[in-house]
Amino acid sequence: MKFAIVVFPGSNCDHDTYHVAKEVLGQDAELVWHKDRSLGRADVVILPGGFAHGDYLRTGAIARFSPIMQEVSTFAAAGGPVLGICNGFQVLLEAGLLPGAMLRNRSLKFRCEFLHARVEQTDTPFTLACRPGEILRIPIAHGDGNYYAEPDVIARLERNRQVIFRYVSADGEVTDDANPNGSVNNIAGICNEMRNVVGLMPHPERACELAVGSADGLSVFRSILKWGRESFNEDTFTTMTASSTVFNK
Amino acid sequence: MQARVFVTLKPSVFDPQGTTVAEALHTLGYATVRDVRQGKYFELDIDAATADEARRLASEAADRLLSNPVIESYRIEVTS
Repeated sequence: MKFAIVVFPGSNCDHDTYHVAKEVLGQDAELVWHKDRSLGRADVVILPGGFAHGDYLRTGAIARFSPIMQEVSTFAAAGGPVLGICNGFQVLLEAGLLPGAMLRNRSLKFRCEFLHARVEQTDTPFTLACRPGEILRIPIAHGDGNYYAEPDVIARLERNRQVIFRYVSADGEVTDDANPNGSVNNIAGICNEMRNVVGLMPHPERACELAVGSADGLSVFRSILKWGRESFNEDTFTTMTASSTVFNK
Repeated sequence: MQARVFVTLKPSVFDPQGTTVAEALHTLGYATVRDVRQGKYFELDIDAATADEARRLASEAADRLLSNPVIESYRIEVTS
């Protein structure tokens, strides 16, 4: 599969994401500058974490006007899988590709730590290989991760099973203590109605090798590969992933 | 023309920064300050013939960029 990772001025998890796609998964990957007007022949697009445009005005508010975002919108509208991680999630919210908005963390503190996120739904390209209810030990690093939407929007998200990740305790309980930022209903990640666009605040790309403390984030990336296998011609895909270190293990 | 745009969180949205500022004021002894809402303030220098035209443009800018309608509302003042 080919990963396109968008680079905004101020992105700082772009190379982490590229490393996971290219080195850990052995896939084709390309960094795409935000002023580019083409995603190449990408099968999946990732908006990485960081501080696009210095978080000026609001997180993601300026990045949504970058030329590449028109391509990302077109790609998403055609059903292409798009993942927004942390700042990438904030960009998707500002761009209107996902509903809601981010407020300052209720503690007003920038939280940088490992926590637990529970996989709520497995029928998205980014959770397809997860077990229902799987608990991922992955890090967060954000100051504006307090997910907010009007009550009717939250009700619709819950009804449509669009809440994809939730902050939980180590044993999987949804508690206020496990909520690092004040997000409504402990929401850590959501998808759109078509279920091909997913945003989450935690960083799966920073937890894909045991050397960095956890490999739980691999579940998200393995899901993309599983999605690819099920979506594309099997033979083509086998050739494409022949060098994958994941499958060779 | 100058348009001043005041962006604040909607009344229904919790404002942790404003609450913290209010608590600090209470610590300083300002017990009569009931609540604080923190927001953003923009000054737009606009080449417009009339105040209405400047207001229309500022309003469009606030809708499209300066505010996020999910969580914020805004107020505009125009001076020549």
